[in-house]
Amino acid sequence: MATASGVPLLEVRDLRKHFPVMGGFLGRRMVAAVKAVDGVSFSIQPGETLSLVGESGCGKTTTSRVILLLEPPTAGTILFEGQDISRLKGEGLQHYRASVQAVFQDPWSSLNPRQRVGGIVGEPLVVNRQLTRGQLSERVAEVLTQVGLRPEQASLFPHEFSGGQRQRIAIARALSLNPRLIVLDEPVSALDVSIRAQIMNLLRDLQKQHHLSYLMIAHHLASVRYMSHRIAVMYLGKLVETADSETLFRNPQHPYTKALISAALPSHPDRQREEIILPGEVPSPLNPPSGCRFRTRCPVARGECAGVEPPLKGTEPGHKVACVLY
Amino acid sequence: MPDTLLEVKGLRTHFFTRRGVVKAVDGVSFSLRAGETLGIVGESGSGKSITALSLVRLVPQPAARIVGGQVLLEGEDLLRKSEADMRRIRGAKIAMILQDPLTSLNPVLSIGSQVTEAITLHQGLRGRSLWERAVDILRKLKIPSPEQRMSNFPHQMSGGMRQRVVGAIAISCEPRLLIADEPTTSLDVTVQAQYLRLLKEIQAESGLAILFITHDFGVVAKMCDRVAVMYAGRIVEMAGVRDLFTTPAHPYTEALMRSVPKLEEQVDRLYSIEGQPPAPDRLPLGCPFAPRCPYVMDRCRQEYPPEVTISRGHTASCWRHH
Repeated sequence: MATASGVPLLEVRDLRKHFPVMGGFLGRRMVAAVKAVDGVSFSIQPGETLSLVGESGCGKTTTSRVILLLEPPTAGTILFEGQDISRLKGEGLQHYRASVQAVFQDPWSSLNPRQRVGGIVGEPLVVNRQLTRGQLSERVAEVLTQVGLRPEQASLFPHEFSGGQRQRIAIARALSLNPRLIVLDEPVSALDVSIRAQIMNLLRDLQKQHHLSYLMIAHHLASVRYMSHRIAVMYLGKLVETADSETLFRNPQHPYTKALISAALPSHPDRQREEIILPGEVPSPLNPPSGCRFRTRCPVARGECAGVEPPLKGTEPGHKVACVLY
Repeated sequence: MPDTLLEVKGLRTHFFTRRGVVKAVDGVSFSLRAGETLGIVGESGSGKSITALSLVRLVPQPAARIVGGQVLLEGEDLLRKSEADMRRIRGAKIAMILQDPLTSLNPVLSIGSQVTEAITLHQGLRGRSLWERAVDILRKLKIPSPEQRMSNFPHQMSGGMRQRVVGAIAISCEPRLLIADEPTTSLDVTVQAQYLRLLKEIQAESGLAILFITHDFGVVAKMCDRVAVMYAGRIVEMAGVRDLFTTPAHPYTEALMRSVPKLEEQVDRLYSIEGQPPAPDRLPLGCPFAPRCPYVMDRCRQEYPPEVTISRGHTASCWRHH
């Protein structure tokens, strides 16, 4: 379990990512911006799992893409081990890229079908480390073993594996450079039910062994609860509630969080929850509602919600909510 | 049972490939009453979708062939119907909702022309009355401003709305049986909740029987009256939904349920089933779950266990209960 104090491994401050929408003559003029991420702050401690939850279009994947340097941020800072990553160059940048790895949802499309497993897992090492051929295959064998595969499977192609095993290959590749942080974007949702528990347990074991931090993006709340130390709920580019995992499920405060939890499917037919059915769907991030962005679907919205955007405020230790009710 | 709508007996659908015969569905039997929801749960490759496609004879030909069994809809065997008769049954008596609304709708046709197609075909409506009928159905699916939506195209709608259009097409001719194959898997959590509730309302109103194909026990707990669990082409357990969740009898069902994390409680470590589901073209002799089963006995590796009755309406195929 992570400690609350100490320097966070990753700190995100007021991160914004706006995508321009071009229009006008020959599409040369920016006519609007999709505010995919609009002022998000959070931090991740060493050894901790933070999950971003929310519905499609809430900006959770964009947030992770900015952290992975796949998109430049529009504004805001990201500090890694206390250093601003936008200032990193050369070796410092290479160190960051090696320390932050990713595992994506679909192991059918995230692995090159023409490359052997050994090549897939070893590629980050070839790019980042100067290793002899012997050292390389030794390291590949080591990480394959760590994820529960056999070293001799390095000579096979991805199509020779099942979905769960492919996800193990993707995890092995992420592990090969001894990263500090792994972004897990829906790591089990493409897998069969009987395989999901294997992969979640593997991820938790690896976290303990290597003191890894995870930034997990997921929508299945029960899996999020099992995997996370802390959870941040996103809606239309903003965080609406953050809390440690136990607190969030014991005492959800934001109306959106409550609705999300109530919409989750029951684990037994006798455990049906009181459903809060939200009207409509998530509004377009091109033109989000004024004030609180959730007010158009909120069952307890009031007049004042249209006026001011509620800031994320602490309501109890380790629990922050952005809602005028608190 | 007098009010049995659908009775499937010993259905077998095999794929004939260069590498041999794949028994995708191998002796599946179940029945469904009007107004009832039966869930078929299973993992990929368990044969649940091929079972659904076999009912309407839409299995991918020529590779797949229905090689045996009966599909009795209101007493008539669909497997003996001519192709012309089947076309009159599909859409009119049996309708389907598939997983991905983006691929089940035609991107170049308006919503209106897609919703009216089946009504024209099966009920012969034309002109004004046809248009009004279609708008009514969209309204029933709670699609906001249905008159305007009629001239929209699929790409102008969100995923949840598209899936409602698919639902509208499905119920447009008042079918007796709705086959829903993972209809909410591609939807967001809150949209999924809306959609499932809507299906229940429509069912309560029309007495529709629903065959719900899913991999998600949560959907089963919410929607189904009875459940059939499939593994490697066969139903390994069948029970009322409460019986199944409270006293699962087949080791596969039990293990699956234990391996699903629960929202209500945190566990130290999830139970996990080791190994993978067997490749359908290389099924082991005996019970196909035996290599992964914690209770495996010698007999399991030699002979497939026949079905036993655990309690009323609850059956399982496992040697432990013999």
